Amino acid sequence: MSRLFLYLPLVIFALLALWFAVGLRHDPSRIPSVLIDQPLPEFSLPAIEGHDNPFSSADIIGEVALVNVFASWCIPCAIEHPQLIKIAAEEDIVIAGLNWKERPGDGAAWLRRLGDPYDYIGDDADGRVAIDFGVTGAPETFVVDREGRIRYKQVGPITEQIWTADIKPVVDRLRAEAMQ
Amino acid sequence: MIPELGNFALIIALMVALWQAVFPLIGAVRQDRALAAGAANSALAQLVLIAFSFGCLTILYAQSDFSVVNVVQNSHSAKPFIYKLTGVWGNHEGSMLLWILILAAFGAAVAMTRAGELKAVTLSAQGAVAAAFIAFTLFTSNPFARILPAAQDGMDLNPLLQDPGLIIHPPFLYLGYVGYSVTFAYAIAGLIRGRIDADWARAVRPFALAAWVFLTIGIAIGSWWAYYELGWGGFWAWDPVENASFMPWLAGTAFLHSVRVVEKRGALKVWTVLLAILAFSLSLVGTFLVRSGILTSVHAFAVDPERGMFILAILALAIGGALTLFAIRAGKLQAEGAFQPASREGALIVNNVLLVTMTATVFIGTFYPLFVDVLTGERLTVGAPYFNAVFAPLTGLLLFVMAPGAVLAWKKGRLGAAFRQAAPAAGAAAVVIVIALWMTWPKSVAAAAVAGLAVWAGGGALIELARRISLFSSPRRAPARFAGLPRSFIGMTIAHVGMAVVIIGAMGAGVWRTEAIRLMNIGDVISVGGYEATLKSVDEVQGPNFVSETATFEISRNGNRLDTFAAERRYYPVRQMQTTEAAIRTTVLGDFYVSVGERQADAGWAVKAWYNPLVFWLWFGSGLLALGGGVAAMPAPARAKASAPAIEGAPA
Repeated sequence: MSRLFLYLPLVIFALLALWFAVGLRHDPSRIPSVLIDQPLPEFSLPAIEGHDNPFSSADIIGEVALVNVFASWCIPCAIEHPQLIKIAAEEDIVIAGLNWKERPGDGAAWLRRLGDPYDYIGDDADGRVAIDFGVTGAPETFVVDREGRIRYKQVGPITEQIWTADIKPVVDRLRAEAMQ
Repeated sequence: MIPELGNFALIIALMVALWQAVFPLIGAVRQDRALAAGAANSALAQLVLIAFSFGCLTILYAQSDFSVVNVVQNSHSAKPFIYKLTGVWGNHEGSMLLWILILAAFGAAVAMTRAGELKAVTLSAQGAVAAAFIAFTLFTSNPFARILPAAQDGMDLNPLLQDPGLIIHPPFLYLGYVGYSVTFAYAIAGLIRGRIDADWARAVRPFALAAWVFLTIGIAIGSWWAYYELGWGGFWAWDPVENASFMPWLAGTAFLHSVRVVEKRGALKVWTVLLAILAFSLSLVGTFLVRSGILTSVHAFAVDPERGMFILAILALAIGGALTLFAIRAGKLQAEGAFQPASREGALIVNNVLLVTMTATVFIGTFYPLFVDVLTGERLTVGAPYFNAVFAPLTGLLLFVMAPGAVLAWKKGRLGAAFRQAAPAAGAAAVVIVIALWMTWPKSVAAAAVAGLAVWAGGGALIELARRISLFSSPRRAPARFAGLPRSFIGMTIAHVGMAVVIIGAMGAGVWRTEAIRLMNIGDVISVGGYEATLKSVDEVQGPNFVSETATFEISRNGNRLDTFAAERRYYPVRQMQTTEAAIRTTVLGDFYVSVGERQADAGWAVKAWYNPLVFWLWFGSGLLALGGGVAAMPAPARAKASAPAIEGAPA
């Protein structure tokens, strides 16, 4: 009897190993994203002070668009900014800005200094719309298709590399989808 | 050329390890001395080859050779030079190379020991483990793979790892993990030869102590790093990978205690061998956890199921093989000494049961999410409340038995006398509990009780030391008696006091801390724990490969102005990651800790401040633990026998 007990560790380990083997097929990092493939939240934001294109959700229906959350107080946004300017200049794509938790005037001053890639800018001073988007920090960028559904979400600044490797392919695919 | 040389050395090392795994074992079985003796030379050759290979990778990093994939992915030309070097092991492939380098170093250390019946077989087992991990490195994680054409510049090292604490944390952890491969190999050899006895225990104990000391230091440094770098004011998060390092530590601690029973009394053999296998198995499981991507963690390396399968196969062979051998052979081991429940052996069994329960607790908490995910697909995490709730009573019990346990005699002890001797420690514990409750009310009563028990355990150890050297009856001769004490006893006393100090520090930093949070503009004040910090300025500072937002605070305590300190938030553009550098003012009694968060439009910066009592005790106590382990591993002084009166009663 006591001899059989000596097999107990082996049996326990065998069960654990099996369970690990099954567990390896699961991806632990998948975070169920609520917003992907969901329609854009509905909103209508005023233009920021010193800028005259307000931004409401209806504005970008029918276009493949980027919705970019930014603020003058956010250092990574300043790092991302030249890339957005470049995208605006080189690509035929609508870029809308969500100016997040900004003091009146600061956003426009910042854009005067760094350049303005945006077709629309909404003033989300109290951050309500950002909450609907599930924004956790700036910058964040959403790719929205022609039906107004969010198809991709980028957390953190868009760099040259991220744009060409991750975001542009999504944009191109959405354009192709709409063609058919 | 250099990458090819490194790769080539690794391939030869694999051949050598395979030879070492097979032939010395055959030599030992056939009583062929010459064949068995080859084990030592091949272990040394393995070390030379892998050290050469590691040197090659280091040169590639130093030169920023961006024709090597590993260097491209983990280095950058603008990175400070010291982090170029330490980047060698700041990634999966390079750290595997370090892992096998340390494995080879331990193999060489075994090769240097006195020749004995066990040595050849032990080295065979060690060679088998080495072969498996060298093959893993070569076939799934080759650090020398080239990229064509060469990259312009690298992708930089994860900024969280660009830190002095992280330079030395992984090597110490690996020294600990891998050190248990030696106890494991000895366990295999002991089972194969059917010899688990005092000689076996004496051979394995220094290695087990060395592994334990390294692991203790590694865990402490990791915890210290988390404390000042992650900016959340805590030192231990029960993160899966922290747990992965803690489990072998707990099992290894149990082993250190039970191996003493084997050495002194010839009992607990089966159990001790199982612990030796368990300690290394848990180290392997830790490696699997970090490198397979099976669980999410801040530490996780590449998520790669293929690597995961490979490591799982190694696990299945090593652990499954060892446990099979255990099941077949352990029944033949004969216990020699019988003992009463109230004895040193009995106390050590209680210690082992508690430590193994703790190990199981951590294991279940760590893997429960995976278990649920596999069964139901549901995502959940097991957090600190579970671990704290289960750990507090277990730790309390462990501390409670520590004081009398270290005093009891082997075979048959007097429990009443043991408790009576520790009575002054009980008095001190009561005083500490009252003071702790008074100072921290209405915080947890359990924390005060655990701190009291820590005083009881540490005090009990010191009382026994005082008795052994007759500190109070003949104080003049006490230093001489102290010098004559067995190193193992001195080491145990230091380690037990260290344990008490760590526990008190953990109560302070984990339970008794106070915090404040507010939005601050220049000139605003945040206060906690008697400290006040005034925000003086926030500047943008350009570092070598990061941009930092540095917030400078002027601090005062109870109205007295002290000095200034600065907290930072760093942004690393290449990796697009932010890190925090907390501002910390340390005293023996507590840390004033300030961490700066994001700026909120016009309201200012989100600032969090903590007063963390007794944090210093954590690091100091960890140092004592490591020192105690080191002293216990030292050979007995030559004149120990001469001062025989001082060492009566066998030490633990």
